[in-house]
Amino acid sequence: MPVINRSPDSATVGSVILLGIIGVVAAQTAIASDTEKYIQDKCAGCHALSADDFDVNDMSERLRRKGPPLYYAGDKFKKEWLQGWLQSPSRIRPGGGFPPDHTVVTDDGDVIDEKTLPEHPSVAKPKAGDVAEFLLTLHLKARPPLKTAYQPKEVSPMLGKMNFNKFKGCSACHRDEEGVGGLSGPELYSAWNRLQPEFMVSYIKNPVAWDPHSMMPNKHLQEPEIHKLVDYLKLIGEKRP
Amino acid sequence: MIRKIIISMSLLAAIQTAYASEDEIEAGKILYRTYCTQCHGIEGDGYGINVADMEVLPRDHTDRKEMMTRTDKDLFKAIKHGGKSVDKSVLMPNWDGNLSDDQISALVQYLRSLCCTQKQK
Repeated sequence: MPVINRSPDSATVGSVILLGIIGVVAAQTAIASDTEKYIQDKCAGCHALSADDFDVNDMSERLRRKGPPLYYAGDKFKKEWLQGWLQSPSRIRPGGGFPPDHTVVTDDGDVIDEKTLPEHPSVAKPKAGDVAEFLLTLHLKARPPLKTAYQPKEVSPMLGKMNFNKFKGCSACHRDEEGVGGLSGPELYSAWNRLQPEFMVSYIKNPVAWDPHSMMPNKHLQEPEIHKLVDYLKLIGEKRP
Repeated sequence: MIRKIIISMSLLAAIQTAYASEDEIEAGKILYRTYCTQCHGIEGDGYGINVADMEVLPRDHTDRKEMMTRTDKDLFKAIKHGGKSVDKSVLMPNWDGNLSDDQISALVQYLRSLCCTQKQK
């Protein structure tokens, strides 16, 4: 009885592999373009997705956008955090994207009218992964690159806090613990969990180089001084559950 | 002749400074709302949303008496280079990285309208 050689010849194997690769690439491209369309539909109204879509000279651009620009999301966010946050978003900016729009004057001073703060829509699990994946491909095309190396160092809680509050004045706008500090900027007790450390260094160094409408001042700090602030953000971020 | 031109130009500059245009004040008002109200308050009275935990209250820009002790130059310097540059709080940051000199001048003109030419409370 003749033995039937069931192993395919190398040309057939090659074709199957090639078809397989084409199939995978086509499927990935379909997911990517589907995700890109989803992001354009759902996110672009509030977030600038490309630097060209964020008018540097027109201040109304800042006032119009409800969320921060995302054209450098790949430089900014930690992947794991972004995937999780999209599924279950929580408020990072106590005063919203543009606090004056959510501020009311009372006899006890100005307060945030929480009723006016929009909730960020949540994204279901499989889609959240795709969206995060896509957003992390977005990078700022800066030459030379804005990000520089950062090596964490230990900082004492007391000195770190004093630096954050008294010496650098960050607490005027930012909170380093729940319920304490300013409300106009994003809270920073979760910054370490959300943001790439090199991004934090670079953003503190020159906020408007990333976001031309940033309301954060450039305090002209030297890198070692900035590193100390980021060391403190690491300390308080890692303390969180 | 040159002297006359210089004198005329100086006079013109002085007049421009003394009478800020409505447009400049309006531009300053938008900038104030964007960059200043978080601390100095929507009405400029120093009670912005950020002040609850501050050790030093931000300047009340509607306090005519207090504001009259500051020159335009002082205000410009405080905005551009921060509170520390005028021996005030570090909580008032330097805005030179965000605002041009023209924008800061517009803010100074708006402050003048806020403290001293608008109807007092």
